[in-house]
Amino acid sequence: MNNPVPVPELDEIDEALIRATQSGLPITSTPYGDIGLGIGLSPDEVEQRLQRMLDIGVIRRIGIIPNHYQFGYRANGMSVWDIDDDRIDEMGETIGALDFVSHCYRRPRHLPEWPFNLFAMVHGTSRDIVEAHVAEIRKILGDTVHDHRILYSRRILKKTGLRWRKSKERKCCE
Amino acid sequence: MQERLSPTQQQLIEAFQRGFPTTSRPFATIAEQIGSDEGSVMAAFADLKNKGYLARIGATYATGRVGASTLAAMEVPQSELEKVAEKISRFTEINHNYEREDKLNLWFVITGATRNDLVRTVEAIEAETGHTVHLMPMIEHYRLDLGFNLQWN
Repeated sequence: MNNPVPVPELDEIDEALIRATQSGLPITSTPYGDIGLGIGLSPDEVEQRLQRMLDIGVIRRIGIIPNHYQFGYRANGMSVWDIDDDRIDEMGETIGALDFVSHCYRRPRHLPEWPFNLFAMVHGTSRDIVEAHVAEIRKILGDTVHDHRILYSRRILKKTGLRWRKSKERKCCE
Repeated sequence: MQERLSPTQQQLIEAFQRGFPTTSRPFATIAEQIGSDEGSVMAAFADLKNKGYLARIGATYATGRVGASTLAAMEVPQSELEKVAEKISRFTEINHNYEREDKLNLWFVITGATRNDLVRTVEAIEAETGHTVHLMPMIEHYRLDLGFNLQWN
């Protein structure tokens, strides 16, 4: 799993701030101040802590998260690829740089049923467009690829922002 | 679709998927940058939200830097899918849950403060559903998440 040890670079106040912002900033004239009110932080402290987390790379970006569906991106294909292990980093970098790929990850195979070790998420306004993009990826990968598949999403059953809370809080359920 | 968005709204979406100001009055800061006023910018955002174009204004955390998380997949018979998906979605540790067209037809993201929390959640999900959870953690990521390149046509 990604991270076997607790992250030391964040203190409890950072953690509280992360939890307070996970559903998004309110559209008010002073959104950071309003978030701070709920957790006992001054507006300045909220801004400084967020800026610090940006600087050290814990926060990758703060910004608008669009709803892709509403913009017409109805087709979401998770393309999965069985790539030679010794070429995967090179191929992953190339595929990840394509502008129609939103995420590109190496993940473990689960042999024999699941030989795929590279995942590239492809978004499009239709399946035809997703398939054209996947064909382009196939061409780039050439003889490093042994098998591939597209897993279209049929339904989004749950989608929320980061959900993260203290280890000892209750496990289930909402 | 896009005809319902004003030029200002298009501009906001193009420019602020990253770099949303961390100033005390961020909408006023944006207004200065694009030659508008705070009230109009806030109204434009509220309208984007109301029309469903804006999921949220928020922080995107680097995978693996805040707590622990992993992608996971499960093979569920179609007749049980509804029930199993519902059970999994009820876990607060699950933040994405998609039905996909494959033998492995349920794909979800498990989050936790630590790796041990993830393991406990996996065990709880398996006990509750009677199906094996296949873990697909990230080993490497090849794309810096810079936001989404929308085509305006």
